[in-house]
Amino acid sequence: MSTYRIREERLPALFEETAKKRKLYLPTDTAEGVAAFLPYREGMTLTASLNTSRSAKDLFFPQTETLADFKVSGREIAVVDVREECEDFLLFGVRACDVKSFEILDRVFLAEPVDSFYKNRREHGTVVSLACASPVETCFCGTFGIDCADPEGDAAAYRWEGYYYFVPLTEKGEEYLASVESLLEETDDGPVWDAKGEIYRKKERLPLKSLTTEGFGGERTKELFDSEKWESLSEACLGCGTCTYVCPTCQCFDIRDFDTGRQIRRYRCWDSCMVSDFTKMAGGNPRPTQKERFRQRFMHKLVYFPAENEGIFGCVGCGRCLAQCPISMNIVKVMKALKEEKE
Amino acid sequence: MIKDSLIPGVAAVASVRADTPDVKTFRILTPEGKKPFEHLPGQCAMLSVPGVGEAMFSITSSPTEKGYMEFSIKKCGCLTSWLHTIEPGQQITVRGPYGNSFPVEGALKGKNLLFIAGGIGLAPLRSVINYCRAYRENYGKIDIVYGSRSKEDLVFYEEIVGEWQKEEGINVHLTIDRAQEGWEGHVGFVPDFVREISPDTDRTALVCGPPIMIKFTLAALKELGFTEEQVYTTMELRMKCGIGKCGRCNIGSKYVCKDGPVFRFDELGALPDEY
Repeated sequence: MSTYRIREERLPALFEETAKKRKLYLPTDTAEGVAAFLPYREGMTLTASLNTSRSAKDLFFPQTETLADFKVSGREIAVVDVREECEDFLLFGVRACDVKSFEILDRVFLAEPVDSFYKNRREHGTVVSLACASPVETCFCGTFGIDCADPEGDAAAYRWEGYYYFVPLTEKGEEYLASVESLLEETDDGPVWDAKGEIYRKKERLPLKSLTTEGFGGERTKELFDSEKWESLSEACLGCGTCTYVCPTCQCFDIRDFDTGRQIRRYRCWDSCMVSDFTKMAGGNPRPTQKERFRQRFMHKLVYFPAENEGIFGCVGCGRCLAQCPISMNIVKVMKALKEEKE
Repeated sequence: MIKDSLIPGVAAVASVRADTPDVKTFRILTPEGKKPFEHLPGQCAMLSVPGVGEAMFSITSSPTEKGYMEFSIKKCGCLTSWLHTIEPGQQITVRGPYGNSFPVEGALKGKNLLFIAGGIGLAPLRSVINYCRAYRENYGKIDIVYGSRSKEDLVFYEEIVGEWQKEEGINVHLTIDRAQEGWEGHVGFVPDFVREISPDTDRTALVCGPPIMIKFTLAALKELGFTEEQVYTTMELRMKCGIGKCGRCNIGSKYVCKDGPVFRFDELGALPDEY
């Protein structure tokens, strides 16, 4: 496979060139002091943070989006299809965990019947991943078989000794690199292996490297569902939903209507299984307390999702929930507690 | 762009019938006067009033009704209260059909059938009952056990006594919770009534009603010698998308909107007890 490189100080030129042909999103530091994927503006630089505060799912599954408009006049209704072909865009610097999350989201949104809103963005989006030069203590992507040194995507990027190296992985990736080829030089892939080797050495020192998925999956549904641990694990959960909003694989949504004054706008927005009215019906609630709601979130990722998706877990080990839960509860603690019980 | 399941079509309410003090049956058509789409017995559809809300309802008319689609809706929340105020001519939106169906062309074919319903629970079963009536030769004996709080709360009362009861090979057993003037029939709860009737265990049972009624009815059927493989039910949980993506109507790894709403009790028994 061909490998291309560019000097680090030439990155601004690469971004400029990229942004000429399509919308570019970069993980950058915001004025609020967090890292986020933002549309490229001249002078914008890559964040030094390992990962963005919110995940990259926003670009394919935005926090809110309009599904349809309704013009109501008297007793009559007209449905207005507001969908438009999405413009081409490119996500630069997506980490291996977030890239993997797209595959999980694909399994939900691209399953029949296909979600046209999501599909539209997926088709027009190109993902250039970036190997994690310095994974941190909250990282556990390896638990789910993800290699942060060797990310997937349309093209993968590696940083090594003053250069960024690029390897195309799909047709889209090749097409992108061809579009900026005047700025790249072809090279051998030796430095890519050096970069990976360095990351593997760092990974060895990660505190969560020994966490495995053993004991989870569809086969143990009832046993794990009935575990007595859920009571104590969920005790301090505030039901704030932060974990679900920052999670790259959480995809639950709500559909609501809003009266704009001129029409009724039907939109969907992120929702969370952690909140009390998520399953509330006129006749009652099948998940009446935080224990059931908390259990649902983790059972979904560790048991229900793999049960229906050839054993693929609904977590990519990005560690955002570890870093951001206000009460320091997270999927790692849940996995450890449930394993402990089994032993 | 491809058609998207979440974008509904327009439907016009052709007629509204008050079945009970809190249940109305809405007949809907497309603005061109046609049936909105084809469906199978037990399937559901999303109805909405833009600006008020959208919710999933079972389609109560039989697929054999070629000219229209009907929904029997109990007034119990925001959207249903609004629906109860509307008059013929009002447009709403509809999308569907969603979910699986009762296996009328599979496991139920050639069988003696036992329908057991409580209150509004007869709405989804009516679609199956009328389908079986339309293809009468494909099914054996049909028993219908139906109970409600009072005589006034029996949904489809006219149709039950005017059509179902009069048909050969169909036995209808009605009951109400408490005795009332002008009621000569049985008084008592559905599960006890099922025990009294003591139907032969060669029947396949289809049960729908309030969760508590379903639980006790299943217990009664088991006492009588029915196995879980012989009993079907249809579930209801909160839904937003109807296509297994919004993430809220799951029982374990199964989505009621997509993998259900019809489940056999042995299938349901393999799932976590959270519904």
